[in-house]
Amino acid sequence: MTKALMIVPNRCTGCMQCELACSFVQTGTFAPAYSMIRVHIFDEEASYAPYTCVQCQEAWCMTACPVNAIAVDGQTGAKIVLEQVCVGCHLCSIACPFGTVFTLPQSGKAAKCNLCGGQPACAVACPTVAIEWKEVDGVAPWFEPWGQAISQRHREAVAAMA
Amino acid sequence: MYGWHGKLLRINLTTGTWRVEDIPEPWLRQYIGGRGVADRYLWEELDPKVDPVSPANKLIFATGPLTGTPAPCGARYMVVTKGYLTGAITTSNSGGHWGPALRFAGYDLLLLEGRAPQPVYVFIDDDHVEIRDAQAFWGKTVSETEDGIRNELGLPNVRIACIGPAGERLVRFACIMNDKHRAAGRSGVGAVMGSKNLKAIAVRGTRGIRVADPHGFMRAVWKFRQHLAESPARQGMTELGTAATIDLTQAFGGLPTRNFQQGQFEYYENLNGNSIKEKRMVANKACFACTIACGRVTRLPGEAADKYLVNTHPRNWRYAGEGPEYEAAWALGADTGVGDLDAVIKANWLCNDLGMDPISMGATLAAAMELYERGVLNDSITGIPLRFGSAEALIRMVEATAYREGFGHELAEGAKRMSEKFGHPEVFMGVKGQEFPAYDPRGFQGMGVAYATCNRGACHLRAWTPGLESQPGIDPHTPHGKAEWVAEEQNRTTAHDNSGICLFTAIGAPLSDIAECIAAATGIAFTYDDFVRAGERTWNLERLWNLRAGFTDKDDTLPERLLKVPHTSGPSKGVVVHLDEMLPVYYRVRGWDEHGVPRPEKLLELGLAGL
Repeated sequence: MTKALMIVPNRCTGCMQCELACSFVQTGTFAPAYSMIRVHIFDEEASYAPYTCVQCQEAWCMTACPVNAIAVDGQTGAKIVLEQVCVGCHLCSIACPFGTVFTLPQSGKAAKCNLCGGQPACAVACPTVAIEWKEVDGVAPWFEPWGQAISQRHREAVAAMA
Repeated sequence: MYGWHGKLLRINLTTGTWRVEDIPEPWLRQYIGGRGVADRYLWEELDPKVDPVSPANKLIFATGPLTGTPAPCGARYMVVTKGYLTGAITTSNSGGHWGPALRFAGYDLLLLEGRAPQPVYVFIDDDHVEIRDAQAFWGKTVSETEDGIRNELGLPNVRIACIGPAGERLVRFACIMNDKHRAAGRSGVGAVMGSKNLKAIAVRGTRGIRVADPHGFMRAVWKFRQHLAESPARQGMTELGTAATIDLTQAFGGLPTRNFQQGQFEYYENLNGNSIKEKRMVANKACFACTIACGRVTRLPGEAADKYLVNTHPRNWRYAGEGPEYEAAWALGADTGVGDLDAVIKANWLCNDLGMDPISMGATLAAAMELYERGVLNDSITGIPLRFGSAEALIRMVEATAYREGFGHELAEGAKRMSEKFGHPEVFMGVKGQEFPAYDPRGFQGMGVAYATCNRGACHLRAWTPGLESQPGIDPHTPHGKAEWVAEEQNRTTAHDNSGICLFTAIGAPLSDIAECIAAATGIAFTYDDFVRAGERTWNLERLWNLRAGFTDKDDTLPERLLKVPHTSGPSKGVVVHLDEMLPVYYRVRGWDEHGVPRPEKLLELGLAGL
């Protein structure tokens, strides 16, 4: 058993408090452009989806990095970017199947969720408990049922348009 | 500088040039931000007698020091300009994500002047400011424009404020819409934007908002959040949205029905918060940093979606849209006598997508319906029967008004001008040319003086008295004590607007929470009293501006119907509005003379001497 970020998209209202909290921890200012958790708003689907790194056990970002700039935090298991080592080649962003390795606007270097060293600020900030930091089995167990629900809704929307 | 960026972006649309200016620091300290600072710019730069839709008018988008911070509901921006509906200074407030985006781009205020030679939109990306051709988007609805610009720029995270077809056609009550369903709604700010040939403003930014005392700020934010989280009123708002208010106003006989001819609506249960939640709501939606989430995302399933089809329908016909909120549910429902929730939802979506204020739309249509029922208007003028309660008329007229087609051309002028044209100015229910929102002052006496004295014309957001007047032990029908409360509340709500925080936080958290956040964010030791005083200063400055524009105490009045004609049934039976008793008290409490002109001592006290 490890602790992980559990995300329940159905509870999300799209308020971006998580992005503000994340950027505050990362940069000391309120700047969602630097947030390592992003909320996507699908207006007409009435669906809001916070997403961030699921900390894959077999992390493709880490494998792809040509300069070994991504390491594992021994405490939390988080894959963290060593900013001094990163050369900004974007290979990790390309390799990530979830699109959760970002590029910092000013430096051009890679950045991703580091679980705030074991106390993720996004989970604290969320007013609707859509993001929780708790003990779970396996990697991101919320992901698959949610993906199923989304693709089901997508199929229905396509059918309604036809 | 902390809290504020201290920067104004000035764009001249005539010449296509722009520059970044420092906002004078004394103004920020005096007015805190948003509405107040923008008012100060208008005072400095704009002739109050200017034609609102001429290139000489200026359009300001203003944020407060808490916009874009995690202070709960720190999402608001204000559009400040000379209103096309009223001719008075107007301050329309909106939430969503656009205001914070402007702050993340590094600006507190955006000021637009002049008129572009052809339709354009503005794209702001930090330091990069670009005026781009918008001919491809001219004529498009709000959702089409947002999606189109996002595609053209190739930036999914850009935030867009734009006008719909109504703004382009200078409909007197056109809105500026952002994030598709959020509106800077009242007084015709969308028409001012349309007159500048400005279709949209797309913004994104990577700058951070720095606060002076991060730990103190987060402590203040957390206290503020806890107050909201624990508040039962906030819980009600989250569960039922603003439309829950229908039950309250109905119970007090203060739900204006059929153009204020009755104070209660027999089908109110079709339109209230429970009904929306149970029948059509699919999710709550929050604005930026909001911990309330009063927004209702609604969907019309199956057959409901196919009722009342229109020609130029928005593409979200079969999808989800937002609303209705309380005001829209009243204006498009009770005021026009339509008790069909689905029709009201559709009319509301149409208003959003075509870029019109549903309050003025519904109220203007209600005035026309009254004239039709009285025989002043007939089918040869209106095209279709405008009977109270006709959902068909509602949907058709909303669409016709936005495009100024047929009788819609008359409705697009607002209730005052429309009723004057047909010789019956008495059916106009409003103040200073702006239609009333959803509270009948005969049910809530205090709303009478609040409406009459509001700087932007009839408005419920400057002093909302039903909250006070529905308390046990308080008589909603007496004028005593109301004027004093209204004057103080106007100062408080104006301070609220200056901060960048949503007014709805007032239902669960004390205003002092906001003052604490501002002090920690800016590093300036603002107290609660300083904060409210900034609101009073702003209010008086707006008053001075209106006086210069030619308004007098004669404009601080109400229609005869409210002053002389009581309801014949219900809890508000027999009550009329005693404005003659309340207004002098109001002027006195404000430190104004008997004609409503601020006395020199008052201006000196507020630091406005010499203005």
